[in-house]
Amino acid sequence: MMVKVLFFAGLREALGVGSEALALPAEVGTVGALRNHLAARGEPWSALASTKNLRSAVNQQMVGSDAPVKAGDEVAFFPPVTGG
Amino acid sequence: MSVSVQEADFDAGAEIAALSAGRDDVGAVASFVGLVRADKTVGADSLCVPGNPLRGQVTAAVQAMTLEHYPGMTEKALEAIVTEARGRWDIYGVRVIHRVGRLVPGDRIVFVAVSSAHRGEAFAACEFIMDYLKTRAPFWKKEETPEGGRWVDARESDDQAAGRWEGGK
Repeated sequence: MMVKVLFFAGLREALGVGSEALALPAEVGTVGALRNHLAARGEPWSALASTKNLRSAVNQQMVGSDAPVKAGDEVAFFPPVTGG
Repeated sequence: MSVSVQEADFDAGAEIAALSAGRDDVGAVASFVGLVRADKTVGADSLCVPGNPLRGQVTAAVQAMTLEHYPGMTEKALEAIVTEARGRWDIYGVRVIHRVGRLVPGDRIVFVAVSSAHRGEAFAACEFIMDYLKTRAPFWKKEETPEGGRWVDARESDDQAAGRWEGGK
């Protein structure tokens, strides 16, 4: 299934990419599994595993790592927010 | 439009005036303006322990900062925070403006104003919106200092401030 994955702030810089369209294997069905799937690519993608308190969103709603990922979803990974 | 994410500066006075323009039921407008500070004091959680001699000392001057955000989600997150505030307090108007892009010390960065019949509701809702914005709206600050650029770390104290509101008002 196809999903769109977005990265922000320090994580975006570490990965050198802000977004990617991705074909996921059927067994990658949650945000946490997607994170592990990407981190397994090796450097620099292991930043996804090592970033402290990494946050995630599905379709622009903040979610936890057990949230499901479906075809067509927009999934974002980012460090804790620092606005205001 | 109660929520704006923009590069442009804002006129706090005009925004405050707009919240009571043409109505006679507004008894209070509470507002907050956040500014870019030049001095980065030691506030990082790792150093912010009582007794640390470095605590509160200036470490590196911030020459500028760039705010990144998540277009689309940012507006939704801010609107959700305003909706949550409306559910908790009897308030009339709400205005939230957050700037993005490159800002320098002294620049206004964020504005929140709330109108109500009485000050208590306006003060509380204004503070609530700022506390939730700090921990739930997808903005990230990158500071430019003489030592180079660095992403600002999230603060434990901001989580604690937002957590105060968890059990209701």
